[in-house]
Amino acid sequence: MSHLDALPPWAAIVVALLVLCGALLAFIGSLGLLRLGNFYQRVHAPTLGTTLGTFCMLAASITCFSVLHGRPIFYEILIGVFLTLTTPITLMLLVRTALHRDREAAAAATPPHE
Amino acid sequence: MSHSLLGIAIVLAQFLLLLGMSFSIIRMVRGPRAQDRVLALDALYVNAMILLLTIGIRSGSLLYVEAGLIIALLGFAGTFALAKFLMRGEVIE
Repeated sequence: MSHLDALPPWAAIVVALLVLCGALLAFIGSLGLLRLGNFYQRVHAPTLGTTLGTFCMLAASITCFSVLHGRPIFYEILIGVFLTLTTPITLMLLVRTALHRDREAAAAATPPHE
Repeated sequence: MSHSLLGIAIVLAQFLLLLGMSFSIIRMVRGPRAQDRVLALDALYVNAMILLLTIGIRSGSLLYVEAGLIIALLGFAGTFALAKFLMRGEVIE
C-alpha cells in the first residue's frame, strides 16, 4: 500500500473510521435482511446500508482521494445522489407489489361465494 | 501506526462486506417468495458497490468509483424491472 502511506495521519484515521463505520452499517443491514421475520420487516433492513453505509463510504473515498491528489474530488457524490433518488422508488414499488400479491393470495385462499 | 490501522480497517471492512453479500445470497436462495428474492438482489448490488469503493480506496484508483456508479445504475434498472414484472406480469405495458 504505497500510495496510502502518502496520507497524513489524521486523514488515515478519518478514512479508517469512515470505512469501518460504513462496512459495519452495511453488514448490519444484510444481517437484518437475513434474520427478520417477514417481508414487511425485512424491507427496512438493507436501507441502513443503502443510506448511511454508502454515505460513510463515499465520505471516506472523497477524503482519501482529495487528500491524495491535493485537490477537491467530488464526483463520488453522484453515486450518493443517484442512490438517494432511486432507492425509495424501487422499494415503494416492491412493497406495493408485495401487498398486491399478498391480497391476491388471500383472496385465492378464501372460498368463493355461492 | 495510523497507516497500519488504515490497512487493517480496510481489510476488516472488506471481510464484513463479503459476509453481508453472502447473507444476501442466502436470503436470495432461501427467500420464501419472489419479492424476498428481489429485495435480496437489491441489497446484494448495494453491498457490491460499497465493496468496489473499498477496493478503490485500497488500490488508489478512481476508476472503481465509476464502476460503482454503473453498478448502482444497472442495479436500479434491474430491481425496478423485476418489481414491475411481479406487479403486472409484464415489464413494459
